[in-house]
Amino acid sequence: MTAAIDVFSSGPDRTGAAGKLGRGNQAGSPRDVLPGSKSRILHGPKLAETCAAWALAGPAFLLLIVLFLLPVIAVFIIALTDWQFGALSPKFVGLANFHEVFSDEGFRISLFNTMVYVLIVVPGTVVLGLLIALLIESGQSFRAFYRAVHFLPYMATLAAMAVAWEALLHPTIGLVNQALSALGLPTANWLRDQTTVLPVLAVIGIWQNLGFAMVLFLAGLKSIPQDLYDAADIDGADQWLDRLRTVTLPMLGPVSMFVVIVVALRAFEVFDTVQILTQGGPGHSSEVLLYTLYRESFQYLRTGYGAAVTIVFLVIVVALTLIQARFMDRRVHYK
Amino acid sequence: MADVQIVDLGKAFDQITVLQNVSLQVADGEFLTLLGPSGCGKSTLLRILAGLEVQGSGSVSIGGRVVDGVRAKHRNVAMVFQSYALYPHMTVAQNMALPLRMRRLTALQRLPVVGALLPETRRIGAEIAVEVTQTAGALGIAHLLDRKPAQLSGGQRQRVAVGRAMVRHPTVFLMDEPLSNLDAKLRVQMRAEIKELHRRLGVTFIYVTHDQAEAMTLSDRVAVMLEGELLQVAPPQQIYADPAERRVAEFVGSPKINMLEGVVREQGLVDVADSALAIDVEGEAGAAVMLGIRPEAFYVADRAGPGALTGTVRLVEHMGSDLYVHLDMRGVVEAVIARLLAERAPHIAIGQVVNLGVRPDRVLLFASDGSRIRPRRPTLAATASVTPIGEYVQ
Repeated sequence: MTAAIDVFSSGPDRTGAAGKLGRGNQAGSPRDVLPGSKSRILHGPKLAETCAAWALAGPAFLLLIVLFLLPVIAVFIIALTDWQFGALSPKFVGLANFHEVFSDEGFRISLFNTMVYVLIVVPGTVVLGLLIALLIESGQSFRAFYRAVHFLPYMATLAAMAVAWEALLHPTIGLVNQALSALGLPTANWLRDQTTVLPVLAVIGIWQNLGFAMVLFLAGLKSIPQDLYDAADIDGADQWLDRLRTVTLPMLGPVSMFVVIVVALRAFEVFDTVQILTQGGPGHSSEVLLYTLYRESFQYLRTGYGAAVTIVFLVIVVALTLIQARFMDRRVHYK
Repeated sequence: MADVQIVDLGKAFDQITVLQNVSLQVADGEFLTLLGPSGCGKSTLLRILAGLEVQGSGSVSIGGRVVDGVRAKHRNVAMVFQSYALYPHMTVAQNMALPLRMRRLTALQRLPVVGALLPETRRIGAEIAVEVTQTAGALGIAHLLDRKPAQLSGGQRQRVAVGRAMVRHPTVFLMDEPLSNLDAKLRVQMRAEIKELHRRLGVTFIYVTHDQAEAMTLSDRVAVMLEGELLQVAPPQQIYADPAERRVAEFVGSPKINMLEGVVREQGLVDVADSALAIDVEGEAGAAVMLGIRPEAFYVADRAGPGALTGTVRLVEHMGSDLYVHLDMRGVVEAVIARLLAERAPHIAIGQVVNLGVRPDRVLLFASDGSRIRPRRPTLAATASVTPIGEYVQ
């Protein structure tokens, strides 16, 4: 988590693990021995420092290449072929898979559904998480209990929790419908109705991510200096809304940015609830990107096509993250 | 314009007493400093005056109005914080405008979009901008109005914090260690500026610090606080030369006052450190007293004998015009520090045995409970008029 914060938090620091390490050592950054840099002859302690820097950064760098960069390259290559899982001779087909992806109605629905899901989950999680954090922080008693209760869903295995949700949402014996009908309110077949299925999945998504957002907001609230609230009191901003607008919300800017990005990424990756509760149905109304990807790759075994979807997914996620980080970074760090 | 009356103030946090029976009158336009080590309760006292903390007992009135239970914003006091407490997301201009916006605009007018559409908002906003610019000009920060606090130096932030306090013309200025985050050079400069600000505004200043140099140079009166109690409230020179009790004498002055144990031999003669000093003291023979001798009350004597103390030099610190000479004396546990004029004591070296004369009228006597024993005749110290204040080096 901290690594992620570092990556997003400040512009000039975005140098990755090797750069960080070099900075920590003051001198002897790996740049010194890179080919193309001014050829300096390295002697004694300088050389030792450089070696130490590489030795320390090396393992992480290697793992990054093996576990991240190489697979991405492999996926990209597969996306350019018509390979089906198990087939012996994949054929190079150029961008045909990508053409198919973008002309596929199913993919477009899936993309749209994912966007809708993200657009419900992110604001819902951020607003509710902040609200709960503020309530817990303003209260005096049972703080630890409330924190634990709200954090539990984030810790629990979603697959198991999904079963509980399925029971709750069961059209006839589910607690939700029973409660609604007892109150004389209309009921629905929540997971089998095209209009309700996506919002219901989003609500489960909010429920699951809430604790995460709340814990981060609580930490953020704790780090706001009391002096600022005192200054606000003296300046006349002592009503709760004024305090919130003058001190709390602006000071939570960096935390909020981090929460938004992480929750958005998690929302984009929604899969397990869909797989367990709806399998993308009814129709395609709850089909999301990761589910499409899974089905194409591992059920239909169209690996090449699945790889193309993966690349599209990756591009969207990375682009979104970069845009958010660039745009918001400037606005939340008050430089 | 307002005076401040503090009557019998008490405060405890979880049964730990922070303030007890603090009573203090601050005159209109006075510069009063609360001086004490950290944790003595001076900041708590200031926060109670500001309305940020509620007292356990006692009462505070500002400008003749009892303000107990009155919210901070209605007390018409301004406060400058040690951390400056500037809002990091606002520009300097917005920081300084905030107190005025909160007072002159309604909640509706302050709303982001809706507020701008309301008729009066623009006019009031323009007024505020003019006042902010004027105040910024007076403080020499007009060119910084569009910057964020993160882009400012410590001294500039300090001025912005003062500007934010000044802009709404409060009747009382509260300052909580406003200079302690600055480097030594800037601190001296800002000290002068605060003094000048006080002179120009003519309002009441209550200033909290643990730094005696600030207290001594800035204040009309200094209130020395220790462990939640107000020990003495007096002008700086009197605090120094005529402390009410031992703790005040020990806290004020640098290097610290020397405390020597003595025994009254007879009326007007005290045995101390293997010698005897002729000191105007009433008391029975054999009574134990503490002699407080400021380092500058010593002078180099020609020979040992009555009226002089003999010691071995342990350390010599050259301070330019002065020497700080640390001496071991027989019968004295801690090293005695003497501040001697460099020209009068040119050849003092470590290990040398030195005889120091003491000006009897500069010796402060304390009883074993720490209270002051006043001389029968007023001493030079008590008259204070010709007392050299000494230099308060940090």
